[in-house]
Amino acid sequence: MTEDKNKVLKISTAGSVDDGKSTLIGRILYDTHSLTDDKLEAIERNSKQRGYDYLDFSLATDGLVTEREQGITIDVAHIYFSTPNRSYIIADTPGHIEYTRNMVTGTSTSQVSIILIDVRNGVIEQTKRHFYINNLLRTKEIIVAVNKMDLVDYNQEKYDAIVKDFLKLAISAEYKDQNINFIPISALHGDNIVETSPNIPWYKGKSMIDILESIRIDDNQTDAPARFQVQTVIRPKTEAYHDYRGYAGKLRSGELKVGDAVTILPSFRTSHIKSISFFDQEYKKVSKGSSITITLTDDVNISRGDMLVKTKELPKESKQIKAKICWMDNKPLEARGTYFLQYGAKVMKSKIKSIAHRINTENLSQTEDVNQLEMNDIGLVEIQLAQDLHYDKYVDNKESGHFILIDAKNNTTAGVGFIQ
Amino acid sequence: MWDPQLKNRTMKEVVSNNPLEDEAIYIFREVVGQFEKPVLLFSGGKDSTVLVRLAQKAFYPAKIPFPIMHIDTGHNFPETIEFRDKLVEELDLELIVYHVQDNIDAGLVKEEKGKYASRNILQIETLLQAIEEQGFDACIGGARRDEEKARAKERIFSVRDNFGQWDEKNQRPEVFDLLNGRIDFGQNVRVFPISNWTELDVWSYIQKEGIEIPSIYFAHKRKVFERDNLIWSANDEYVYREKDELVTEKIVRFRTVGDMSCTAAVESLAFDIDKVVEEIKASTISERGARIDDKRSEAAMEKRKQQGYF
Repeated sequence: MTEDKNKVLKISTAGSVDDGKSTLIGRILYDTHSLTDDKLEAIERNSKQRGYDYLDFSLATDGLVTEREQGITIDVAHIYFSTPNRSYIIADTPGHIEYTRNMVTGTSTSQVSIILIDVRNGVIEQTKRHFYINNLLRTKEIIVAVNKMDLVDYNQEKYDAIVKDFLKLAISAEYKDQNINFIPISALHGDNIVETSPNIPWYKGKSMIDILESIRIDDNQTDAPARFQVQTVIRPKTEAYHDYRGYAGKLRSGELKVGDAVTILPSFRTSHIKSISFFDQEYKKVSKGSSITITLTDDVNISRGDMLVKTKELPKESKQIKAKICWMDNKPLEARGTYFLQYGAKVMKSKIKSIAHRINTENLSQTEDVNQLEMNDIGLVEIQLAQDLHYDKYVDNKESGHFILIDAKNNTTAGVGFIQ
Repeated sequence: MWDPQLKNRTMKEVVSNNPLEDEAIYIFREVVGQFEKPVLLFSGGKDSTVLVRLAQKAFYPAKIPFPIMHIDTGHNFPETIEFRDKLVEELDLELIVYHVQDNIDAGLVKEEKGKYASRNILQIETLLQAIEEQGFDACIGGARRDEEKARAKERIFSVRDNFGQWDEKNQRPEVFDLLNGRIDFGQNVRVFPISNWTELDVWSYIQKEGIEIPSIYFAHKRKVFERDNLIWSANDEYVYREKDELVTEKIVRFRTVGDMSCTAAVESLAFDIDKVVEEIKASTISERGARIDDKRSEAAMEKRKQQGYF
């Protein structure tokens, strides 16, 4: 358990089938001594059974029977390892083309993304898609790992050409504030994973682990507006807390202090913060990320999904929004289709008014005149809402600019939206 | 246990962030916001005991707004039951108990026989029955993704069909922190607030918070026998023992607490929480390494989850 939030770093991985993602993760686990003896024995036993002459580290992460049978990763797996410095959580996301939704899922909670490229294949369609998704989601830290260097005799020209191709992508990207690190590796042989490899003397950078260790997540967005959404109202109904009404929720961004003038949305009633508590302790101030309970100086009617913001920092308000949608369901998104829109703890009915265009993630071109978005498509849509939504644009505030669309018939999470 | 009345009213500056704790509390509050009849599955083990503490924090100063339920295999360590009852009394919790024995007596399930007999798998039927009878729509459990590779694929809100089955290939994507708990009548959701905690995170939290846990987690003298390099409790009523498997006395502790028939002990001199944390840090065996229920096959956990295990 860590006191400092910077001590947990969330990483997602992206790569095409057979780029060696699972092998890389297995290698990281092995080299950081995060694989326990019994797990290692299981890998040795299974590798032998399959007749491999090396340890197949992908067996450490491919958790489902079908995955092990087909040797592919189907679903996002969460893997944990730590160094003496901090803990890491890896969301291992599959590279297969129809599983792009899993990549969005893994990336949405990560601060760092590792994009794997097979040195023999270079920058391919999948790589462009992976980079685009990271750019759309505004992942700050990108590590481009050029893998399987052993298969090209650790050839520098091949690596340099890939770096050059990738930089071309980055230059044309919408979000330019990403830190991109490049590294040549062999996950199978452990080159440049924990220590820089003598096989690649021309590479002067840090090892993979050293790059990860040096990443500092600048989470102190104290200048971001305070966004607090009520998850549940706490009313103990006991003698000691007869009139107590606590508003429980997570401060998504910014900072709140006792005494702050606040506005409650959607009612636009105003009040002041009387107390901020976490369990049985009261605090003067709270910053982003904390699950707290707030009381107000006035008796106002507040329920789940209502938002509490500083009166001077009101969000946008509209019954009509534009959003980039990544579609995740087998049943396509239809123009005129109706869905439940879940924005944090708030759920409302919504209708797709129109699809402006579909984005071709390989070259960022736009296809207009589309009536639907299929699974893994990304497009710009206009949505009509049953009630006013109070929101920020995703580019202005990652924490209060996203939502999901839920299929009203089968209740599944059908798509994720980034408000424009 | 801790005393909720004992409040320290001095105002501190800023809430110190523990992201895992914040996340777990957020999940508990989503459960209460989205479901009508949640229940916390309580085994008496360290993970479900940590869940109780987190639930207490999430709704303070109100009481925990849902009952806790124990699926009793009848092969429990007596220390666990004693601990459970004390916790329930101290926190004024509502406790529901379902007994696997009732289903065996009614002839609904058949008890395993022989050397590796365990009631672990029989719990599934009793759990599903309890969910149906009580009408629970959300069951909160202490499973963690780091425990086992099928669990690494588990969602925080995991939807189960009318038969309690996990459809691992058709899970709802969980993006950002958005949890979609919409279900049809008859379905239920399994909720895992400490999904992202590791074993060490749990132990460090117990240490930092001073949470009381059953005594069998600490080193103690116990009559045991050895089989397959694992140390088993010598309890001839619950745990099958061959005549040539000799009983000795050892100083041991348990790393996980399940059914007595499937949980092996480890030799240890960790008599207190500080020593236990040190031991976990230095350990080279995973905690489920001492769980025979996972060793049945490469896919033991995945199969049980498909059938409704949590």
